[in-house]
Amino acid sequence: MTENASALHLILTGDPMLFGIVRLSLAVSLSAVLFAALIGVPLGALIALTQFRGREPVVVVLNALMGLPPVVVGLSVFLLLSRSGPLGSLGLLFTPEAMVMAQTVLVTPIIAALARQTIEDLWIEYRDELDAMDVGPVLRVRTLIWDARFSLVTALLAGFGRAAAEVGAILIVGGNIEGFTRTMTTAIALETSKGELQLGLGLGIVLLFIIVLINAMAWGVRRAGEHFAA
Amino acid sequence: MSIPALGPDIPIRLFEVDVLAGNVTILDRVSISIGAGAPTVLIGANGSGKTTFLRAAMGLIPPSRGRITWGGREAVPPTRRAILFQRPVMLRRSVAGNIVYALTAAGFPRAQLEQRTDELLSLVGLAGLQARPARRLSGGEQQRLALARALARHPTVLFLDEPTANLDPAATKAIENIVQEVSAGGVKVVMATHDLGEARRLAGDIVFLHRGGVIESGPADVFFAAPATDDARRFLAGELLI
Repeated sequence: MTENASALHLILTGDPMLFGIVRLSLAVSLSAVLFAALIGVPLGALIALTQFRGREPVVVVLNALMGLPPVVVGLSVFLLLSRSGPLGSLGLLFTPEAMVMAQTVLVTPIIAALARQTIEDLWIEYRDELDAMDVGPVLRVRTLIWDARFSLVTALLAGFGRAAAEVGAILIVGGNIEGFTRTMTTAIALETSKGELQLGLGLGIVLLFIIVLINAMAWGVRRAGEHFAA
Repeated sequence: MSIPALGPDIPIRLFEVDVLAGNVTILDRVSISIGAGAPTVLIGANGSGKTTFLRAAMGLIPPSRGRITWGGREAVPPTRRAILFQRPVMLRRSVAGNIVYALTAAGFPRAQLEQRTDELLSLVGLAGLQARPARRLSGGEQQRLALARALARHPTVLFLDEPTANLDPAATKAIENIVQEVSAGGVKVVMATHDLGEARRLAGDIVFLHRGGVIESGPADVFFAAPATDDARRFLAGELLI
């Protein structure tokens, strides 16, 4: 069999190792996006709706952090979790939890920056009406987040795409341990370096499928937003 | 429509009010009292200060100098005042959702939301469009929905900023009918327009603004029959005031 045919065979026969890796990858990235959303959306809303000294530099830094190099994040989290680091006593290094933590750091600026822009744009549009209706600050934030929900879901999907595709951070803090912290991207890197292309190709196909699926979902969400909340 | 008790917000008094934007004077030493009764209509050319007057009288813009009182008190929250902007923004919800939002923000009892929403939509002729996304309505329909949303607060004072600008005659007629009905129901309407025909049809009192100042004010029939100032005469004659 060719490498490509072998890779497809692994997918179609439901190879347990391949799908174990896929499951772990999805669990890590989805968890990271969840935590990043819990931090990033309120942070984005806070920056969007608050005037404070130094706000513009904060926005610039937040936008710049969208391009955080994964290996730098991996190294930082590694130092944090290593035995001599401030969180070393938790014993999280080379665990899926450490990978979630690294990806959360990576994805939070993306969600926060996109949420900030989305909510600020909507606030500019809604401000007069909400002021005229004497809407209080809590209802105001809830309204803006709810009415921007379709754009915010797109931001979450963008964050998930970033998390699912990155390799540098989780390789450093996860260690690529077989059956424990091996994900799609780290496995592809390892298998390719070993010259074992079947599993790498199979995982690559699944990863590409997931990325296409995410983009299709983002597009669908956008269309739904245009239809239901035009 | 039930007649709201005349609120504590009437009369609205402006004392020597200036509104500045940077170094530019938008309202210039405006002093006026707006009492109960038929609609008070602000007229004047573009840039004369009509919109800023409405926003200041609504309480959305603090005066740079001078003071504003509502029923003799300053700093009265706008719980019984409402405003319809020239280009109202529809919330990203259905037609009914926009009304329910305004009612909820005004603290309306949850059990009566549906009934009150239906009443308001009937009043503005949008019954049957409850489920339609608000942003898909025509311009005239959006204006009527915004009017219903403003009325959701049971206002005693309703500010309207050129509510019929860019509307066709049928849509204009529909809005004017609602304004007359609301005014007859006891709501004090304060409205800006530069459509003199509309001002003649609706106004009880006229406030004529030019370059941020009140040039003339008083009963509409007196103003249109015998304007006291040269600027007002020229404006009514259709001359361009610069």
